[in-house]
Amino acid sequence: MTKISMRVDQENVTDDVEPRMLLVQYLREKLGKTGTVIGCDTSNCGACTVHLNGRSVKSCNVLAVQADGGTVDTIERLADDDGTLHPVQEAFRECHGLQCGFCTPGMIMQSVDLLNENPDPTEEEVRLGLEGNLCRCTGYHNIVKSVLYAAQLKKDAANAPQSEGANA
Amino acid sequence: MTAVDDRPAISPEIGKDRRRKEDQRLITGRTRWTDNIALPGMLHLAMVRSPHAHAKILSIDIEAADKSLNIYEVFTGEHLAETQGVIANAWPITPDQVTPTHLPMATERVAFAGEIVAVVVARSAAEARDAAELVDVEYELLPAVLDLKEAAEDTVLAHPDLGTNKTAFWQLDSAGQGTGRPIDEVIAEARADGIVIEREYRQQRLIPAFMEPRSVVVDPTGEQITMWSATQIPHITRFLLAATTGVPESKIRVIAPDVGGGFGGKLQTTPEEWITWAVARKIGKPCKYTETRSESLISAHHGRDPWQKLTLAATKEGRVTGLKVDLLADLGAYVGVVGGGVPVLGAWMFNAIYKWDAYQFNCTPVLTNKTWVDAYRGAGRPEATYAVERLMDELAAEVGKDPLEVREMNWIKHEEFPFTTVAGMTYDSGNYEAATARAKEMFGYDALRAEQKQRRESGDRVQLGIGISTFTEMCGLAPSRVLGSLNYGAGGWEHATIRMLPTGKVEVITGASAHGQGHETAFSQIVADRLGVPFEDVEILHGDTQVSHKGLDTYGSRSLVVGGEALVLAADKVIEKAKPLAAHLLEANVDDLEFSNGRYSVAGTDQGMGIGEVALATFAAHNYPEGMEPGIDAEATYDPVNFSFPHGTHLCAAEVDTETGQVKLRKYVCVDDIGNIVNPLIVAGQVHGGLVQGIAQALWEEAVYDDSGTLVSGSFVDYLLPTAADTISFEIDHTTSPSTSNTLGTKGVGEAGTIASTPAVVNAIVDAIRQFGINDIQMPCTPERVWTALQGAGSGAATVEDAMPHFEAEEGQQ
Repeated sequence: MTKISMRVDQENVTDDVEPRMLLVQYLREKLGKTGTVIGCDTSNCGACTVHLNGRSVKSCNVLAVQADGGTVDTIERLADDDGTLHPVQEAFRECHGLQCGFCTPGMIMQSVDLLNENPDPTEEEVRLGLEGNLCRCTGYHNIVKSVLYAAQLKKDAANAPQSEGANA
Repeated sequence: MTAVDDRPAISPEIGKDRRRKEDQRLITGRTRWTDNIALPGMLHLAMVRSPHAHAKILSIDIEAADKSLNIYEVFTGEHLAETQGVIANAWPITPDQVTPTHLPMATERVAFAGEIVAVVVARSAAEARDAAELVDVEYELLPAVLDLKEAAEDTVLAHPDLGTNKTAFWQLDSAGQGTGRPIDEVIAEARADGIVIEREYRQQRLIPAFMEPRSVVVDPTGEQITMWSATQIPHITRFLLAATTGVPESKIRVIAPDVGGGFGGKLQTTPEEWITWAVARKIGKPCKYTETRSESLISAHHGRDPWQKLTLAATKEGRVTGLKVDLLADLGAYVGVVGGGVPVLGAWMFNAIYKWDAYQFNCTPVLTNKTWVDAYRGAGRPEATYAVERLMDELAAEVGKDPLEVREMNWIKHEEFPFTTVAGMTYDSGNYEAATARAKEMFGYDALRAEQKQRRESGDRVQLGIGISTFTEMCGLAPSRVLGSLNYGAGGWEHATIRMLPTGKVEVITGASAHGQGHETAFSQIVADRLGVPFEDVEILHGDTQVSHKGLDTYGSRSLVVGGEALVLAADKVIEKAKPLAAHLLEANVDDLEFSNGRYSVAGTDQGMGIGEVALATFAAHNYPEGMEPGIDAEATYDPVNFSFPHGTHLCAAEVDTETGQVKLRKYVCVDDIGNIVNPLIVAGQVHGGLVQGIAQALWEEAVYDDSGTLVSGSFVDYLLPTAADTISFEIDHTTSPSTSNTLGTKGVGEAGTIASTPAVVNAIVDAIRQFGINDIQMPCTPERVWTALQGAGSGAATVEDAMPHFEAEEGQQ
């Protein structure tokens, strides 16, 4: 067993874990963060995508011990404390970017990272940026639309005279 | 006669693009997938699976596993014995169907690689998996039959004790049932003085590949045994658990919580559910089993997989006269819950939207030593649509006409509805002309044809193809009497209950169990309109047999057209039941009361009362008429009178690089007529997702086995699900011919995109390269197959290597 400590969704946590434990298993089994899900065993599907130190990672592809000392953000704390949705969450709802919702946590976390890196992407750039996340329901049409819509929302918020500061 | 729409005008909620009620929890991670459930003292299961396609089990040594740390128990099939029940087939397509006994856990012999032979029960999932590796099984290999055509020869048997691999022979003959002429006569006429087109098409094996791996939790600690399962069919599961494991149905509660996709892949009762059930009962503790993706791909049922021999007869001018279909369908090692019924569902659809003099459908479902095959989005109808839409293009090429023109020559005209087809189905309404005209306009059909011509003439390296699919399908499974006449084991009705709560909220309970479709939203819209209550005040409850005691679940594009009608019936009963109570409270005559927009009003006065006020007064029950019960809740069971028949025109433009064989989708337009639309946003989502699943069959996906019966596409590395980078955006629209067989005028949309898109894509590819003497490319149309065909080496052999690589940013040369 190895002792690890990290900051997950703005809380400090510490645990003894098996060195082989994956970050996604740590999140789900030890912390009860079941908002992040497991869709495959070959790191192809991206359903388990979270942010580690501000960048998206597939949490099935990171050992819990590798995240020791780091900061992990999951879908569960993406919205504000008062329930205000993140612009990407809002966009997925508005554009019907989800159906069964199983890929959605990973898809949203990846989209947030994509827009952080490239706030004004083309459709092609969105499609390439989401290549590591599989969805079986939507055919991607509305997911791509959601990400483009979120980019627009963020731009509008930034340009608004009295922006309430949409969270990044 | 045309479709007459004498229903009330579309009311405010129906037709609105409401954002989904489901989304708030799904986008914030507040979800209840089965694998999220953790109960006190819960144990975890890991399955030991056969690596061999066909083998006798000689011995199973569980000692090392059993002695491992934190291992609770290890069970083999012998230990579970009769407590494990049996996996049932609900649709024996003939009375003497040959059906192998399907035990959840094999006891003597395994019939496919992936079949379960032992289960390890441990304190954690990781420990269970570790110990599963220590179970030592000794096998004696038996000859395995893997190839479908060889299986039909019966030289090697998938189940030696059955004596044959052929489970049944099922025929629909238009002459025999009096809906057409004898097929052989019509074909002979065409041979003498017309056109006969004979083709053999392959529908490759596909994997539904829902995103949420299957998971099951069984809690035996209460008076009732509760099963949570990632299933499309909680009600059917409860019935079959009772029927096969001896537990009274009233002691069983099945819950399908949030379910992450299905596409038919979760329309099954599974060995994994039955084993978890047996183990939990045996040890008296809650047990959970969640499959890995690899396990899902080898053991959850696959889809499609027939060979299709087709003979089309036509006149010299291109008027179709006869169609003969001979199907060999691979069922894999066992007959699933629908089983041979899946290819048989295509029987009424090969004739499609066209008018024939004669038609014959012959189907032989065959057993092999591969993963079982059952329903996958479209189930029988994509196969049929593929065959006939490919043949229509072949016919057009033969007579030298535009493929749309040949279709129009042969399709059922708008004014001919309702139309009884050569297969014996009555299509209620449709307008193929309108959908096609709109699709052509959106597509820019003539301009693309001109560009195609120009590219051909200039010998461009990149050739353009235009693919057409004018499909129809039958949705809304199904009129119970029709199912009865086909030996199906259940009915096709759906149930609904409406509870009028004293606070004015409305609880709606449906037997249709959603797994991503958006029932909570669309059903709220229907009820809000009918009862005149706010959309937000309607709560849809589903997927728990203790709440929703009666239902037949979600598949076959049935939820709206069958389940939605049950809601309408129940709502109308509430309105009728509340009426005398309202009259009593208003001190008026019942006959003077009118109900509209959620309010009873007394004719000719300004007096009235909202239905919510009646609900509250009924709850208090201080003042109600003598002889009445104080209650206005109602339930209803709706049994459809007919299927519904959506249709549409799909047009696909594809570019084929003649030097590399690379296919690039350029434009995809579809105009679907699905009757009245309750929520256009949800409909668009269903269409987009369906399109990509159908396109994926044409271009990417295939379950491939090696010669020893191992699934080599057994992970997401090898089974090629399309990504965002592989696909394009679509242009969709609708024409509307309301269904005349239900009150809402709806037709069903869940499977339409998948059914229509596969032939549209393959037709486009063949259209681009037909000029080089090519008339078929076997699916999936990988660059290798297209390139091979272009070298003059046929339409493509079996897949042996990787299918198409993922997206590359390379641009096709203009």
